[in-house]
Amino acid sequence: MLDRTEGYTTPDGRQIGGVLMELKDITLRFGGVVAIKEISFDIREGEIRAIIGPNGAGKSSMLNVISGFYHPQDGEVWFKGRRRPPMRPYQVARLGIARTFQNIALFDGMTVLDNIMTGRLNKMRSGLLSQALWWGAAEREEVENRAEVEKIIDFLEIQNIRKTPVGRLPYGLKKRVELARALAAEPGLLLLDEPMAGMNVEEKEDMSRFILDVNDEFGTTICLIEHDMGVVMDLSDRVVVMDYGRKIGDGTPDQVRSNQEVIDAYLGVAHD
Amino acid sequence: MTDPQTPEGELHSIPALLARNVARYGDRPAWREKEFGIWQSWTWAQAAGEIRALALGLLTLGLRPGDRVAIIGRNRPAHYWGMIAAQMCGAVPVPLYQDAVADEMAFVLDHCGARFVLCGDQEQVDKVLEVEDRVTGIERILYTDRRGMRRYDHSRMDALADVQAEGRDAAPRLDAELDARIAGLGYDDTCVMLYTSGTTGRPKGVVLSNRNIIETSKNSAEFDRLTQREDIVAYLPMAWVGDFIFSVGQALWAGFTVNCPEDAQTMMTDMREIGPTYFFAPPRVFEGQLTNVMIRMEDAGRFKRWLFGWCMSVARRVGPALLDGKPVGPGDRLAYGLGRVFVYGPLKNTLGLSRIRVGYTAGEAIGPEIFDFYRSLGINLKQLYGQTEASVFITQQPDGEVRSDTVGVPSPGVEVRIADTGEVFYRSPGTFVEYYRNADSTASTKDAEGWVATGDAGFFEEETGHLRIIDRAKDVGRMADGTMFAPKYIENKLKFYPNILEAVAIGNGRDFCAAMINIDLNAVGNWAERNNIAYASYQELASHPQVYAAIRAHVEEVNRSVAEDPMLSGCQIRRFLVLHKELDPDDGEMTRTRKVRRAVIGEKFADLVAALYDGSDSIYTETEVTYEDGRKGKIKATLKIEDVQVFGDAQGQKVAAE
Repeated sequence: MLDRTEGYTTPDGRQIGGVLMELKDITLRFGGVVAIKEISFDIREGEIRAIIGPNGAGKSSMLNVISGFYHPQDGEVWFKGRRRPPMRPYQVARLGIARTFQNIALFDGMTVLDNIMTGRLNKMRSGLLSQALWWGAAEREEVENRAEVEKIIDFLEIQNIRKTPVGRLPYGLKKRVELARALAAEPGLLLLDEPMAGMNVEEKEDMSRFILDVNDEFGTTICLIEHDMGVVMDLSDRVVVMDYGRKIGDGTPDQVRSNQEVIDAYLGVAHD
Repeated sequence: MTDPQTPEGELHSIPALLARNVARYGDRPAWREKEFGIWQSWTWAQAAGEIRALALGLLTLGLRPGDRVAIIGRNRPAHYWGMIAAQMCGAVPVPLYQDAVADEMAFVLDHCGARFVLCGDQEQVDKVLEVEDRVTGIERILYTDRRGMRRYDHSRMDALADVQAEGRDAAPRLDAELDARIAGLGYDDTCVMLYTSGTTGRPKGVVLSNRNIIETSKNSAEFDRLTQREDIVAYLPMAWVGDFIFSVGQALWAGFTVNCPEDAQTMMTDMREIGPTYFFAPPRVFEGQLTNVMIRMEDAGRFKRWLFGWCMSVARRVGPALLDGKPVGPGDRLAYGLGRVFVYGPLKNTLGLSRIRVGYTAGEAIGPEIFDFYRSLGINLKQLYGQTEASVFITQQPDGEVRSDTVGVPSPGVEVRIADTGEVFYRSPGTFVEYYRNADSTASTKDAEGWVATGDAGFFEEETGHLRIIDRAKDVGRMADGTMFAPKYIENKLKFYPNILEAVAIGNGRDFCAAMINIDLNAVGNWAERNNIAYASYQELASHPQVYAAIRAHVEEVNRSVAEDPMLSGCQIRRFLVLHKELDPDDGEMTRTRKVRRAVIGEKFADLVAALYDGSDSIYTETEVTYEDGRKGKIKATLKIEDVQVFGDAQGQKVAAE
């Protein structure tokens, strides 16, 4: 097993740090339904961590636990060496955790630029009056934040749609805008809920490239849920496999690939 | 010489012009680039500092006089600076087409023997690394954009900014060396090497000297009275001679501002923000803009359509006359004034052409309707005729003598003569030195007296002295019955219809003329949408019966107009088909500058050509395509072939033949 604080080196030579987030014995129930059952794993500084599993395995629930949207009945969430009490989503956001959604949650009527700017709300400090009058601190802040947003626009190559209302964009680009908005919060931990769902091969390749580049350039720790096994195995450093709310595998893509339980879950086995 | 303060003798290189501009226009903007949503700007003084730092950095890396430096990237100030910095070190810049696939790049990189390669970004670096085992001599790779480059082997790779920093540090040590190298640049030393895309065979490296570039820039800048107050948008490939003349030669000579777009796709927005005063575009850009305007007008409300229609009819009637300074009645003047308020002004603003003083189009023939559309809006759009081998300019149209069917009078300093075969020859200060490492081609193109064969057939109009180009000399052929066959002439007529993007006419040595046509997905797609025609792919749309009907109507109109010209009436199209894929440079069917490669198409689509002539009404075909990342695939299709009516004498012949 990995040491808690030491980290490890990936096959392609990236240095992964110590534990950033640790989930201990998480159990999440909705009434009588057990969505997640006694799951433990950790996410390390700088790594790309994937959660995979068949439909209904509890992946999205797991991501919602990490993002603080669901509060598990049992278990503990540790973040940056401290136990995280139940929090409101905005408080989690202030901790430096940002996310994208499986079924895109952007403001359709607003431009790409404005949508991404909303990702910076956490960084804005000026008061309502100052913002309304567009004076002093508010103006300075807007300029500073816009500069940061422009770097992200450049990074994700969406300059040409800067002023386009999001509602008019095709699906693949909306996904990219969502990623941009999450990046705008300068997260330490980025959660991606099925970033490639519904994309064609070319869009998937682009998105994979961007995920790797984000990790590489900003050193952002990324935790993603994905259906597409090929993508997951290429992208991630370590993979958690879930099935029926349980963890059935955890390790590098190669380890997971050769895990009999995982193979059974994906290919199906005859039940006696 | 325009400026008495500067003795001519000193301005013998681009770096010398740069120094002059710093002294003369130091605080004026030299380069702008939109980045991070804002126009970043560098004055001549600032840019010169950046360029010098880069040149010093190149010296620390061991760049020697005479070395070739390949530049692969989009139009960015850093890449122009890279070229000038290389020149300062006595090296020769060789810009390459950045959208070329790795294989094409391998040939040029190997042929020019580049020691240093300056890449725009990771994508270009990857391509260079991919072909490196086939190319000898590449020692260092520099890159502009750091993104994604972190994990590469940096023992022989540097970011441009780091090279500049190193150069600044090394200044005390290397300043004298750099100054000596700049001072050593002679008027007949090589300024740049540009590879022509070549409609046939391998690209050729055209060597242009400082004399070629500077004399041409000087003459052409004076011809159009270009000053330091011009603004241009640099968006055409850096490997193309036009961009080098406009964005480097003329820009440095006249001292005007070169603006680089943020991204290829933001070009139109960026252009609107800059409002260039001097603009160059191949006809397809003007066609594309016009098609967009028309599509949007068709979607507009009835009143707006009426207003647009009325204003444009006024503009067509009086616009060109006003532009040429001919007398126009007061009523028409008033109507045109109203049109300017309601339509022309806002339209020009949308197109980013509000401030245009001089606009040029060249490379291909432009449709008369398209040409007149822009002229009637009051945009001084002119034509020029040129070649890489001539440092662009052979002929151009003076203000007030502009027509869509000529290419103008010989540019200042250029002599033009027509050989007995009809081929156009020229001789000028811009005439290239040689083809690099290709003495045979040099000898067959340029004779001992300096006359260069253009490969185009043309003639001078008696009354006006303007040159008219008919076709590529080698493409002009004969049909089986001996009548003249000029494919380009027919193709251009076809391409003037917005629905038709490309056309290939066939007929040399055949009984009749046939055509393969590419639809314009923009125009036809919009038309399909408005007429509730559903389609799932380009291929399906292209084979739709109503699309065929529309194209046939266009072909018939072309036939009718061809029939009026007694010399070429035999070139009327009897049969045509609509191609199932767009002709694409990645598949080798067109050059990078989007000229049709006849030989490749004739070979690749041999089955289609055969079907055009064997009388069948459909043909099944499989075509190999190359995707952008270099992978290959196949498309299968069954294409219909349709007969078209012909007119005039040709009609009789057909009856006789039957």
